[in-house]
Amino acid sequence: MELFVFVCAALMVLAGAVGVVTRSNPVHAALSLILTLFGVAVLFVVQKAEFLGAVQVIVYAGAIVVLFLFVIMLLGVDRLENLRVEPFKVQRPLAAILGVGTAGLVIAAVVASRNTVVAQVGPGLPGYRAGVDDHDGNIRAIARNLFGDYVLAFELTSVLLVIAVVGTVLLSRRDRGRGNRTDGVVAKAEAAAAEGAK
Amino acid sequence: MIAAIAVPTTTWYLILAAVLFGVGLAGVMVRRNPLVMLMCIELMLNAVNLSFVALAKKLGDIGGQTTVFFVMVVAAAEVVVGLGLIVSIMRKQPGATADDLAELKG
Repeated sequence: MELFVFVCAALMVLAGAVGVVTRSNPVHAALSLILTLFGVAVLFVVQKAEFLGAVQVIVYAGAIVVLFLFVIMLLGVDRLENLRVEPFKVQRPLAAILGVGTAGLVIAAVVASRNTVVAQVGPGLPGYRAGVDDHDGNIRAIARNLFGDYVLAFELTSVLLVIAVVGTVLLSRRDRGRGNRTDGVVAKAEAAAAEGAK
Repeated sequence: MIAAIAVPTTTWYLILAAVLFGVGLAGVMVRRNPLVMLMCIELMLNAVNLSFVALAKKLGDIGGQTTVFFVMVVAAAEVVVGLGLIVSIMRKQPGATADDLAELKG
């Protein structure tokens, strides 16, 4: 049963990933990305990470891909990209070699070390074992870890998000203001501020 | 014997993650639309997340899942800033590809 779920989810993940790379329409690429993200969410749930599966669906498939689609529609770049043209002759073979080579190296390392990992650490910290037994133990274990050991990092992510939001607002506002009426107002306000500073 | 085959081990998940990472890496280098390049970066991030969760299960350590949570937050912030940059670039030169973005001046 677990094998069946794994094979289906792996096929979803790989089909979506290939779709993202090969589809010439950006909208189709974004929809293929949703397929991949749902496959990864299924794999999370299979591996007893239910909280992350839910977050994956809500944040990635629900928010990030919608943001991608929104930007595609906003910019009107949903036309076909001509994939036949190659600006650099060696680009595609080089990319294929590097992709396959990286995957091959990682697979070789994983297969070579498949028996060495478990011997060092042992079967389980108390927090995670509790998560296997009761139903919402996964969320409880993550919360204990997040608000215990990593509480400083958790607070810092809020700072990161605020900075990202402010940066995005600045990026898009300054561009829109240029060349229309608000630009003069801003320039006048800046000039007045400069006068005041003097 | 059949039971041994029928349960996918951590190695399988890690191999799947490696393949996904390779596909995303090739995509970043092949595609020229900056939006699709961001999507391929998301593919690579998801591959790493998958391997984190697989190892968290294998080692019985919840810290791997916490790390995935942080990776998701940082990925969300990265996508927001990246899309803001792309919007402001695309308004100045519509249809810009990665080749046209050689200078930050825009």
